Amino acid sequence: MRALWIVIIASALAACATTETPQTQPPAGVEDRAPGTAPSGPGTQGVPPKPVTGVDLTGGRPATSQANPLRDPASILSQRSVYYDFDRYDIKDDYKPMIEAHAKYLRENGGVKMLIQGNTDERGSREYNIALGQRRAEGVKRMLMLLGTREEQLEAVSLGEEKPKEVGHTEEAWARNRRSDMLYPGEY
Amino acid sequence: MSPMRNLLAAILVLSAACSAHAQLSIEITGAGAQRIPIAIAPLAGEAALLDASGATLSAIVRADLERSGLFRGLEVPRLVPQPTESSNVNYAEWRSRLADALVLGSVAGRPDGRFEVRFRLYDVVKQSAMGGVAYTLSRDQVRATAHRIADYVYEKLTGEKGVFSTRIAYVVKRGERFELQVADADGANEQAMLVSNEPIISPAWSPDGRRIAYVSFQNKKPIVYVQDIVVPKQLIVANFKGSNSAPAWSPDGSSLAVALTRDGNSQIYLINPDGSNPRRLTRTAGIDTEPAFSPDGRWIYFTSDRGGSPQIYRMSATGADAQRVTFEGGYNVSPRVSPDGNSLAYVTRNSGKFQVALLDLGTRQVQMLSDSDLDESPSFAPNGRQILLATIVGGRGVLTAVSADGRVKQRLTVSAGDVREPAWGPLIP
Repeated sequence: MRALWIVIIASALAACATTETPQTQPPAGVEDRAPGTAPSGPGTQGVPPKPVTGVDLTGGRPATSQANPLRDPASILSQRSVYYDFDRYDIKDDYKPMIEAHAKYLRENGGVKMLIQGNTDERGSREYNIALGQRRAEGVKRMLMLLGTREEQLEAVSLGEEKPKEVGHTEEAWARNRRSDMLYPGEY
Repeated sequence: MSPMRNLLAAILVLSAACSAHAQLSIEITGAGAQRIPIAIAPLAGEAALLDASGATLSAIVRADLERSGLFRGLEVPRLVPQPTESSNVNYAEWRSRLADALVLGSVAGRPDGRFEVRFRLYDVVKQSAMGGVAYTLSRDQVRATAHRIADYVYEKLTGEKGVFSTRIAYVVKRGERFELQVADADGANEQAMLVSNEPIISPAWSPDGRRIAYVSFQNKKPIVYVQDIVVPKQLIVANFKGSNSAPAWSPDGSSLAVALTRDGNSQIYLINPDGSNPRRLTRTAGIDTEPAFSPDGRWIYFTSDRGGSPQIYRMSATGADAQRVTFEGGYNVSPRVSPDGNSLAYVTRNSGKFQVALLDLGTRQVQMLSDSDLDESPSFAPNGRQILLATIVGGRGVLTAVSADGRVKQRLTVSAGDVREPAWGPLIP
């Protein structure tokens, strides 16, 4: 099962490492198990309760990397999150100095990559929220590119409403979950 | 199976006294306007052939028919001698029990250790036999056989296909763990297709019922997979830059419509189930997502914010001639076309509440199907008579099956978990 995780993480990293659309998509790890078979026989009208066999991904968790210099609380680079109003994706002026600092860092460290994760609150359609979270993340990515970051360093993805930072059903929780996070390798 | 699952299954079996081996427990409210009174007599010899929870064939058939909201099962006393499908039917006696319809049958052991089940359906009012079937089965096929009998009775008496032999898929969140589950339509035989520490959403059955497409976040972003329900192997369909989500099978199973952000914002593409030949269908500056094919394959309904708010649109399956479909309200999403193509279920925001509505595509009339606050993910039964949806009750995720006329509701819950993202599988030929 750990091997499966390694395959998955490796393929995730491979996906991040290329800026072009992957020509061939990486295969998932595979665990073979022989499914049971339901017997049938003469004179039977088929009533086959086919067994369902599944994949278990919960066995091992990847180790998280150790402390990152970007986590110095005194530095603006330790700030990573942009917050939004309901159903909006425009970036408020308050966040622009933070995004500028990250753009500068990425310009000066051309080999460093960033993953931007867009998030939404729990209300509405899960799939629409994937699209809305993507739009939020794309907005941050566009601003970083306008500030001189190369597109090859950036990937914008959406977690929609699926990974809430706050699990409550209050306005405060929803506001904390309408968010884009700028993450460096080892942080996601 | 983990010890937790074993424990859970054991608890549920103990608590499910007569309603069979259900991981999902079901509660029914409301009733159809006119329910057909039906007597399902214990099949002679059925005590020798119980399912894993100790339920008899006749009890499972009766529970199926009652759950549809269209039948009322009558209590049948123990009859001596027990009538079978070859008995002479005393119609006057059954009429005096107020039965309009009657099922009689028998179970016999075979020398090879298997069983033969025979039954016949009678119209008590017309005093005539309506037909019957014989099945040969092994002990592990009791429930499947009972569902076949219920499907037969349902179709003979209502003129529509029964869906008791179909399956449903859904996602259960237990703590930090996500499970993509497949179960019989009555909630029994729950079996995990995928277990993950990251979210799973949007399961979609292939038209032949053999595969499920879904979105998994196991790689820290949404990626579309397809998995055969009997082969524990994930196949990647769409893993492009950005987010990959919202899979919907074309009715012929030859392609999937998906929402991809490889070119920026979420747009709709077609892609082959093996991940080959992605082709873009929409070209807008806004969000296009949640594609859903019409049953004839000619149209794709989808959600778009191109007009300023999320609304449902329709385009041809080649991406041409997009037209807006919903006009009332500022948030209409998650379109699903009924199996007959005549109506559209979707989620609408109504005074701050998210509820499932049913739009008649001919008359343009809208009917609200739910009255709760956070409904999501409507999914039609393959005969169109019910819509399965996800909602929140008492802070927990549950599934509700609403009859298409809104009168009968079944609630499906799991203990110690949230159920969500239902998808009703197709009719099995």
